[in-house]
Amino acid sequence: MSTRSLSKGCFVFKPSPKKRKVSRTTAYYFREGSSDLEDSELRFATCQSLQKQVKSETEQIEEELNEQLFDNLVSFLRRSHSAFQEKKTEWTCRTKSREIPTAALVLGVNVTDHDFTFRSLSEVLQNNVTPYIALLEAKDCPGIKNLMQKLLGQLMNCCIDVDSSEEEDYEHVSRSRVRCSMTTLINWYESATKRTDSETPGKKRTSSRHWQSPPVVVIFKDMESFTTKVLQDFVVISSQHIGEFPLVLIFGIATSPMIIHSLLPHSVSSLLCIELFQSLSCKDHLSTIIDKILLTTQFPLKLSEKVLQVLINIFLYHDFSVQNFIKGFQLCIVEHFHSNPLSVLCCQLEEAKRRVNSLSHNQCENVRRLPSFRRYVESQVSEKQIALLTVDSSLKEAVQKLLEDLNVYHENYFPILRCLHVFTSSLPKYPLGKQIRELHCACLENRVWETEEYESSLQLARMLNKSDLVTMLQKCVEILVSSPGREFDEIVEKLKEFLTQFQKLEEAYQERDESISPQKELQKKTNLYHLQKTLLELKESRRSKKLTKFEMLRFEVVDYIDSLVRHYLVPADHKTLHEIVYFNTASVLREHLNAAPRIALHTALNNPYSYLKAFSTVVTAAEGPTADAASSDQVDDVIHARFIRAVSELELLGFIKPSKQKTDHVARLTWGGC
Amino acid sequence: MRRRRPREPAIQQRPGGVGVGAERSERQQLSFPSIFIYGHTSSGKTYVMKTLLNTLQLPHVFVNCVECFTSRLLLEEILIQLQNHSSETRRASPVPCDTFNDFVRLFKQALVSQNLQDQTVYVVLDRAEQLREMEANILPAFLRLQELTDRNVTVILLSEIVWEMFRPNTGCFEPFILYFPDYSIGHLQKILSQNHPPEYSADFYSAYINILLGVFYMVCRDLKELQHLAALNFSKYCEPVVRKEAKERDTRKLWKNIEPHLKKAMQTVYLREISSSQWERLQCEEGELGQIKGLSAHAHVELPYYSKFLLIAAYLASYNPVRTDKRFFLKHHGKIKKTNFMKKHEKTSNHLLGPKPFPLDRLLAILYSIVDNRVAPTANIFSQITSLVTLQLLSVVGNNDQLDGPRYKCTVSLDFIRAIARTVNFDIIKYLYDFL
Repeated sequence: MSTRSLSKGCFVFKPSPKKRKVSRTTAYYFREGSSDLEDSELRFATCQSLQKQVKSETEQIEEELNEQLFDNLVSFLRRSHSAFQEKKTEWTCRTKSREIPTAALVLGVNVTDHDFTFRSLSEVLQNNVTPYIALLEAKDCPGIKNLMQKLLGQLMNCCIDVDSSEEEDYEHVSRSRVRCSMTTLINWYESATKRTDSETPGKKRTSSRHWQSPPVVVIFKDMESFTTKVLQDFVVISSQHIGEFPLVLIFGIATSPMIIHSLLPHSVSSLLCIELFQSLSCKDHLSTIIDKILLTTQFPLKLSEKVLQVLINIFLYHDFSVQNFIKGFQLCIVEHFHSNPLSVLCCQLEEAKRRVNSLSHNQCENVRRLPSFRRYVESQVSEKQIALLTVDSSLKEAVQKLLEDLNVYHENYFPILRCLHVFTSSLPKYPLGKQIRELHCACLENRVWETEEYESSLQLARMLNKSDLVTMLQKCVEILVSSPGREFDEIVEKLKEFLTQFQKLEEAYQERDESISPQKELQKKTNLYHLQKTLLELKESRRSKKLTKFEMLRFEVVDYIDSLVRHYLVPADHKTLHEIVYFNTASVLREHLNAAPRIALHTALNNPYSYLKAFSTVVTAAEGPTADAASSDQVDDVIHARFIRAVSELELLGFIKPSKQKTDHVARLTWGGC
Repeated sequence: MRRRRPREPAIQQRPGGVGVGAERSERQQLSFPSIFIYGHTSSGKTYVMKTLLNTLQLPHVFVNCVECFTSRLLLEEILIQLQNHSSETRRASPVPCDTFNDFVRLFKQALVSQNLQDQTVYVVLDRAEQLREMEANILPAFLRLQELTDRNVTVILLSEIVWEMFRPNTGCFEPFILYFPDYSIGHLQKILSQNHPPEYSADFYSAYINILLGVFYMVCRDLKELQHLAALNFSKYCEPVVRKEAKERDTRKLWKNIEPHLKKAMQTVYLREISSSQWERLQCEEGELGQIKGLSAHAHVELPYYSKFLLIAAYLASYNPVRTDKRFFLKHHGKIKKTNFMKKHEKTSNHLLGPKPFPLDRLLAILYSIVDNRVAPTANIFSQITSLVTLQLLSVVGNNDQLDGPRYKCTVSLDFIRAIARTVNFDIIKYLYDFL
């Protein structure tokens, strides 16, 4: 860049914000890393749109999940101060001490998710209840002074933000000069509410969504991290003024509400009127996300069993964070579109068919290299084989057909999976898992009907009682009717037929007279010998007993379900072209999400020779690409000396220290040359 | 400010010194420079002072020290109140006042402008224990404010703790000390009965207070709290009368009705297990208490799988002596009997002594041995430890030195860890040295 100035000096060049440029660089990196340049632009665009879709979808799901909780909170806020405003003169209200209404909001230990919850909570409150919301975090409030500063800053600014017109400019007081006391806050509140009252009718519309004398809501995001002193002081101070402005506290709690009692002594907690609110457990939350995002045909990209297992394991074993799970899923999307050139076909069916037509020759070769496609080719007759392997156009035709098959497979897979889940989730001990995600993983892994668990669950299903069986069948019918699959009419018919048969059986039962059961005879016998004899007979008869009608029907139903499973729940990797829509490199994902710093450090510090080699590689690379010294085994003496010096400096500065276990080991290898 | 109607009994029971002194002396006479009043929570210190100053219409400033958390805020608040003394409209023009020197100067100016030179001005500092946390000069300076300003001023300190806890090392002016003793049950009875609801007779309310005190006096002598409880439960007491099932004189019937109710209140509302508004709603709806669970019913904490084991490992590391790790976590440890390796000081239960700090490496070593499958020391595990610290289930001990590994303590209770261990089928009692 140049200036028009003649003198030497420093000039500021402000970068002009160009959004397009930024996105192009991302696209550039996207292209750069992949080994194949095929369709990278298109892949990038598809990836971006899919990401966006996933994001909006998940956000919507979360909003729906939080709705109940937020409704409860809003009605709590409504209650909290109205009682005092309505009957100020009544004796009880005058006599009992005025407590600060406090909501204890238990959110679970997944702290990373709380941010999102609080953001949407404050949005909801801002839209429906009050503009005066302050969000406080423990790390900003080491002392009561900082807390008050933060609180006043947020409240006074928010008021300006809500109705930002020029005439309010005089309100812009420099914060440093404001006295951070409750008195200031109360004066501000009075003037703020008065201003909204005396507004012109035109402006009233904006404030009408808020309540009359809106409460001031102070949210403590992470209750556990606040120090006792700060909280106590704040509660004591604000309880002195609770009569003067409607304050409501919200405590965000990660562990259990007992923390309030352990943080605040009785003299302070007696100033609060605490009500408990609990958010949905994070496990239920995850189930909903998986159900709505992964177990639908909505998104073209699917996760293979191993990848899904990695994500779920991180969730269950490590962090309980739904946000992290979604981020992991998004990483899978990026990684899939980035590394797999054929992912260009991973989109909605119509679009994919169109894209197939414009595939380049290289891409066609990529298709031919797919293991699942090779298997497919081998199963064809020889002329067809030759055509598929040599003529691009016939390949494209076949691919279109196969993609369609894959689509139909998915359309059928999910409803049938849900039906099977209806059965397995009500069996004792849950041999195939309680959650649908476990069942899904089992089905993806290999042919589920060949596993022992499946066998045992079928056996258990054959022992179900009638009412359970009927309700399950009804549920299945509901699932299948509401799903878009094309082949379900027949199945629904069949299931309904079963249901009517059960109905008939019931009628038949009622008509039939009850015969005397052997058990009743059994009670008459008192002789031990006779008893033994009858018992043996009973056993014999049971073994050879003919099945009742109900039992026959039950067998039939279970067999039918079994046949459905065998037909529709084939593992995805048996399907041709599954590589296009399934992301299955779990190792890459594990590498990205399960970093192991200790192992890396351990190998580095315990093996000084490779440490030295790495050092020399880095140093020579930094100095210029000319040197081929890096390739030779002998390390340059100068570099060696620099390394030793650097290591000792690091030790002096305290970045590393000799391990106690292997003192001589490190010393010998590192310093041996000197 | 919260104002209550004057209730004579509350004042009658107090030592006569303050009131009598102010009443008898002429306004222009110099009074003692500083008075220190102490007594237990709600023994009427603040109330008596406020009522006295207001009824005798003495010029005064009343400041709560918790609210003015810095010395600057405190001094400015005093000045603002003094400036607004005569004029009722609050014109808060903040005068910057950073040091006590400025304060003395501005204080004198304010006295002149308000025409208060010829009478005693009272500066009351409520919750004076907070003064000790401010700059070292604040407390001694307030004690000699009369001398420093050379004006007729008395500083009154109100506190819940004794003067001995205030006295600075360097010594200071000794204030006149007054003690407010706790109210006796008779006093409480008199004071509480004073404020009866208009629609019922005083005797009726007094009988109610008698029952209330019978239940609560054992656990609570806090006047404010008792008054709050009285207001909360009174409607229940009146119920039989409202429904015409009993007359106001029917003490026994009324007692039978209210006593179990009050006992329930003691276990719930008084402990803040459920809030008072929830309690009121329950009363209205005649619902069962089971509908609303108390806070302690939600003590269960759901944790990720490895976090549970980390917490268990931390608990074991905190409560077992290091030497015993070999015994618990090695397969072929040989036979070591407790009596053999028990040192003298370890005979006392470790649970009585509280958790001991342990280094990170020990925590990880125990973790690896108690988890059945292999655990890779990934970044996730380390971040889990950090998040356990933020959840206050573990706490970091000592300085957070980057070089030495961090040391932790496990802060959860035995009951808590047993509940956690049960969810992962881990018999923690078997691994605790104390229960060997």
